[in-house]
Amino acid sequence: MTTLENITLNDDGYMTEPAQWTEELATALAEKEGITLTDTHWTIINFSREQAADSGAAPTLRQITKGAGVTTKDLFKLFPKGPAKKVAKISGLGKPEGCV
Amino acid sequence: MKTFLILGAGTGGTMVANKMIDILDMEEWRVVIVDRDETHYYQPGFLFIPFGTYSPADVVKPKRNFLPPQVDVIFSDIELIEPEQSRVTLGKAKKKINYDYLVIATGSHIHPEETPGLDDEAAWMKNVFPYYTLDGATKLGNFLKFWKGGRMVLNIAEMPIKCPVAPLEFLFLADWFFHERGIRDKVDITFTTPLSGAFTKPRASSILGGMLDDKNINLVPDYNIMEVDHGKQVIRSYDETEIGYDVLVTIPTNMGAEVIGNSGMGDELNFVPTNKHTLQTDKWENVWIIGDAGNLPASKAGSVAHFMLDILIENIHRDMEGLEPLPNFDGHANCYIESGFEKGVLIDFNYDVEPLPGKFPLPGFGPFSLLKESYANHWGKMMFRWMYWNILLKGGEMPFESQMSMAGKWK
Ligand SMILES: Cc1cc2nc3c(=O)[nH]c(=O)nc-3n(C[C@H](O)[C@H](O)[C@H](O)COP(=O)(O)OP(=O)(O)OC[C@H]3O[C@@H](n4cnc5c(N)ncnc54)[C@H](O)[C@@H]3O)c2cc1C
Repeated sequence: MTTLENITLNDDGYMTEPAQWTEELATALAEKEGITLTDTHWTIINFSREQAADSGAAPTLRQITKGAGVTTKDLFKLFPKGPAKKVAKISGLGKPEGCV
Repeated sequence: MKTFLILGAGTGGTMVANKMIDILDMEEWRVVIVDRDETHYYQPGFLFIPFGTYSPADVVKPKRNFLPPQVDVIFSDIELIEPEQSRVTLGKAKKKINYDYLVIATGSHIHPEETPGLDDEAAWMKNVFPYYTLDGATKLGNFLKFWKGGRMVLNIAEMPIKCPVAPLEFLFLADWFFHERGIRDKVDITFTTPLSGAFTKPRASSILGGMLDDKNINLVPDYNIMEVDHGKQVIRSYDETEIGYDVLVTIPTNMGAEVIGNSGMGDELNFVPTNKHTLQTDKWENVWIIGDAGNLPASKAGSVAHFMLDILIENIHRDMEGLEPLPNFDGHANCYIESGFEKGVLIDFNYDVEPLPGKFPLPGFGPFSLLKESYANHWGKMMFRWMYWNILLKGGEMPFESQMSMAGKWK
């Protein structure tokens, strides 16, 4: 089983081998951020992984709120301080673009 | 007759119109360009208006002056695009135009109404100003002329924004302006941004961040604005951090043109999904993009539209001949950053290479220092206005290559 001990993260805290991602790993990565995953968290994580598979990039805040049907306010409660980045980290995706 | 239709006669559309008349057989083709506004705005000049360096008259000229007589120019709203039918409906007399090729150049625009409280009448243009419009920049200039000092906050609501260096330039110029007016010690300048640092790319972010520090400008990174409470004169973030202001300078959410959204052609910000290397839209073979209207992960800047131009024209030309488009656009951007006190910084980068220090070899003009302040860089920026009106818009030869070069850059 992949655990936090046998994956590597880059300097910014994103997984370097996204293929190693599993649901258990997401739970562990979330705990590291102080977050206990609920169903709503999972809706967002699943949406983000689907979106990334489609577009090749982690979704931006606006893409998450629009696509997963949560308000920005709730998103900040679920993934405090920088939700787009936290969602990407926990979902095993790269750093969100949208910053060019 | 076949129709080559261009939507938007700003920086990108104007350049395309000028190039197409050289390429197309005008016996066979009709080139049509549509824009709602008869005035061309030199948007990079908006930056200088709040500080009185430019007046509004310095940044406007009639669009007609830059469009060749062979082009059919229509001043009208564009109401709807139906890409499946290759048809566009204009607001004026509900005229319909069928096209063979379409270039979308409708740009990106600010939307203060996306942030609750931001454009409330009680404060909007009174002590809350955008400077991404000529009107906002002018009113901010009038305000600053008589301002006695206090807390100035510059906020970026959301990324991406066009000309991502413009907020930094505003801050540097504000610092200089208040110095000149002898009230710098009475002004507290704070920059709140959703980015994790001063800028998007790491090397440039740390160097530019250092410059903010040197100039005593407070940086609040990772700041996602939720609302403006103008009664209390604070901005509030989603994690409930309040920052007080006496004057709020805002870069509201930037979005593509509404007609893109209304036509169901855009992403969540009304930018059109586009191949980032060929400039062809993802969904429609005869629809192409130049400038800010696409969703490419490149800077939204006039210089970028210029670097897209030759690649776009070649690809459209190839497509007309039945050839595949070439994946030649590398996201090249080249931005002069005004840093105040008659100095500037130059950055040059693309999709893969972040801005690096070094020298930018510009034949006939350069070299310019990269990622480092110099007087020449400021002069380069001031010269850009002349080049914009006289060379760039007309699709003339500029001393820059479309693709980025590593010459002179230090790794
Ligand atoms: C403050 C500021 C500073 C900047 N500084 C720089 C800089 O230093 N260097 C640089 O390279 N770039 C800079 N830029 C960015 C640059 O101005 C833009 O990236 C560039 O103009 C984009 O060109 P465009 O053709 O995509 O869009 P635009 O030039 O904005 O043209 C879009 C056109 O479409 C028309 N239009 C849109 N919708 C409709 C409709 N429904 N019906 C009819 N007409 C419509 C508009 O009227 C407009 O004329 C700056 C921008 C700002 C705001």
